[in-house]
Amino acid sequence: MSEIKEKIILEAKNVEAWFGDFQAVKGISVAYGEKTINAIIGPSGCGKSTYLRTLNRIHEETEGAYVRGEVLLEGQNIYDKRIDVVDVRKRIGMVFQKPNPFPSLSILDNVVVGLRLQGINKRSTLMEVAESCLKKAALWEEVKDKLNSLGTSLSGGQQQRLCIARALAINPPVLLMDEPTSALDPIATAKIEELMNEIKRDYTVIIVTHNMQQAARISDYTSFFVYGKMIEHGLSSDIFTNPKEKQTEDYISGRFG
Amino acid sequence: MNNRLFRKIKNHLFFGLILLSAALVLIPLFLVLKFVFVQGWSSLSLSFFTEIPKPVGEVGGGMKHAILGTIYIVLLGALIAVPLGVTCGIYLSEFGKSKLSKTLKLTVDLMSGIPSIVIGIFAYLMVVVPLKSFSALAGGVALSIIMLPIIIKTSEEILKLVPTHIREAGLALGLPRWKVILFIILKGSVSNLLTGIILAISRAAGETAPLLFTAFGNMYLSYEINKPMATLPVQIYTYAISPFKDWQRQAWAGAFVLMVLILTLNLFARYVLTKIKDKKGI
Amino acid sequence: MKLKSKTQDAVLFYTLRVISLLVIALLLFIMFVLTKSAWPAISKMGFSFIIGREWNPVEDQFGALPFIFGTLITSFIALIIATPVSILVALFISEYLPKNVSRIIALLVEMVAAIPSIVFGLWGIFFLSPLMKETIAPFLKKYFSFIGLFEGPSFGIGILTASMVLAVMIVPTISSICRSIFELIPKHQKEASYALGSTKFEMIKMAVIVPSLSGISSAVVLGLGRALGETMAVTMLIGNSPVIAKSLFSPAATMASVMANEYTDANTPLHVSSLCYLALLLFFITFLSNLLAKSIVKNFSRLR
Repeated sequence: MSEIKEKIILEAKNVEAWFGDFQAVKGISVAYGEKTINAIIGPSGCGKSTYLRTLNRIHEETEGAYVRGEVLLEGQNIYDKRIDVVDVRKRIGMVFQKPNPFPSLSILDNVVVGLRLQGINKRSTLMEVAESCLKKAALWEEVKDKLNSLGTSLSGGQQQRLCIARALAINPPVLLMDEPTSALDPIATAKIEELMNEIKRDYTVIIVTHNMQQAARISDYTSFFVYGKMIEHGLSSDIFTNPKEKQTEDYISGRFG
Repeated sequence: MNNRLFRKIKNHLFFGLILLSAALVLIPLFLVLKFVFVQGWSSLSLSFFTEIPKPVGEVGGGMKHAILGTIYIVLLGALIAVPLGVTCGIYLSEFGKSKLSKTLKLTVDLMSGIPSIVIGIFAYLMVVVPLKSFSALAGGVALSIIMLPIIIKTSEEILKLVPTHIREAGLALGLPRWKVILFIILKGSVSNLLTGIILAISRAAGETAPLLFTAFGNMYLSYEINKPMATLPVQIYTYAISPFKDWQRQAWAGAFVLMVLILTLNLFARYVLTKIKDKKGI
Repeated sequence: MKLKSKTQDAVLFYTLRVISLLVIALLLFIMFVLTKSAWPAISKMGFSFIIGREWNPVEDQFGALPFIFGTLITSFIALIIATPVSILVALFISEYLPKNVSRIIALLVEMVAAIPSIVFGLWGIFFLSPLMKETIAPFLKKYFSFIGLFEGPSFGIGILTASMVLAVMIVPTISSICRSIFELIPKHQKEASYALGSTKFEMIKMAVIVPSLSGISSAVVLGLGRALGETMAVTMLIGNSPVIAKSLFSPAATMASVMANEYTDANTPLHVSSLCYLALLLFFITFLSNLLAKSIVKNFSRLR
């Protein structure tokens, strides 16, 4: 495994994910440094999304699904029985493959609903958070005059940035992104890649992508998954120019997958 | 060659039968609509909406008391059925795989199959007998049992249209599941749920049989929950089987008003529901 | 102390379960209340209630056979008329019409279901029954009297009139279920049939009707359930006399119609109890027919 210069914030230790009898993720161990962008690539169906979903304990919400192994967030195992799952998820945000703003909620409410449902009702606080998060998500200029229109009325790319703002609003140190641009057009994709460079200043990002160019462009580290196993992990610059494993080389050169 | 011709003829014959069947369904529909609208419209007057019935033999009067009574009792029924129905709808959509929810689904199907007259007798035994009087309350209870399965079913369907990833997005914000269900899924579906409720109301508003010996009916305006109350369907029934020409005309006028009310609600709800389903929820 | 989120979730979960149990209990409770009120009649007459042909409240004689006969015969005739019509209309909508037209026709058929029973009754009294008396009955007598079911004078109201209105009322039930079954059939099955050189009729027979047979029968049973319990329209059109007649023009009474007519006027305890006995019987007949429909569908989906 490769060395990490940064302070470790999140670490997976021998993580396995199961759907009933089917094992989708097989013994993944990897550490993520603070304020880095970490890409996970691999052929479709290789368990990369499932793995990502173990990191904020969303995987276990699927009927019959469970996880083995440990995930340490700042040294503490999030699968510890004493830990309340909602506290884990408050600290590890998630952006999904398909933009999914909450139905019937305004743009503003979509951003602050997480805080509001945690009991924070002060309007000035909520407005401040909404503005700063929408700015971080590079959406503020486009929506500042229509904060009360429905979140679902925005375009696909805007909706996805709204979902990023929504995830940022509860201020999680770690942000998981599950193929966030796969449903978007190239221009909207470029916008999101751009804002990720900004987000990196304050947050650790782990992003699953099927787009190798995207991984190469934006990430500091990359992991390569095949059939639930991690084949290789390292600096993106190494993985994409000088992979150690034959399988990785085949995949990134387009001979496989 | 002959065989081919025979097959062709059979094919055309079959299509003819299909057209005939469509006519057999649509012609009665148009006849009923035409009958009610022509007869009803010509019997309708302003006093129908503003007056209560005149004594037997006197011409004129209206059904103000029955129109208001129908609204009163239907809303009373909804007041009982909506909280129960939506709650069960939530249970079925969010925890639909448990044994209890399968039993509940079966119950809902069986309940919607109970003849409405039997529900009327049940409400009589449950409410009228202990209170020793026909009452609006008994009518409301009867209608609530008719609405309940419809509301449960539509609520379940509507909440199920909210995609799983919306629920996951709520959970991923660090919200407990109950908050996601109540404040994101349910709150986001309120207007759609309302459509399901309107559908149930449109069904209950036309029911006569369960009201015959519960709300019973009377000839004056009453807002008292523990007293008999007139409703449009029962009033139409009373007038329709009466020998008086003027009362029969009133029955047509009543049928006209009832049909306009029910078809408007029903078609509106159906239109909205198909739109929602086309859009797959969001 | 703040409750753990799992505990909070459990509170909602168990609240939902309790309310759901309440609704399930309601169904059982309805059964219980009906049985309890019917008990005096059940214990006094037992099975003889069901086969008794005399219904005379003044003499405290209660035999339900005429009503059971009336309910079954009207529902049966209604089904005979409605079943082919419903299936053909469902085929018309799902196989023959372009999408936008079929939606309108489907909506019109569903509209029939939205019309209140009382309105059908009103229409039956003032439109259909004169038509029956003056046109339909003489016609049937003239050309079909050899069947033996069309004898005696028609007063307009009677078994046939009630059955015809019932048929109109249950078509939407049967046809909308049939339609949803037909629409489940994969396109490639139809194409495979066409590929063998079938005409449209042969394709429908092979690829649509045959694989849907059990679904169709379940739809018919559900329609039957609806017809058995239908009250107002039948009450207004059947003539309400507790006789078992051979002619379809003659008046009769159904279980539902006698309840509607006599329940408020019933003043002896045995009369009330007998009506509850009828209600209980009707409840169980519809209950069983709905269960039957469900189990047909269940087996059907397992076969697939």
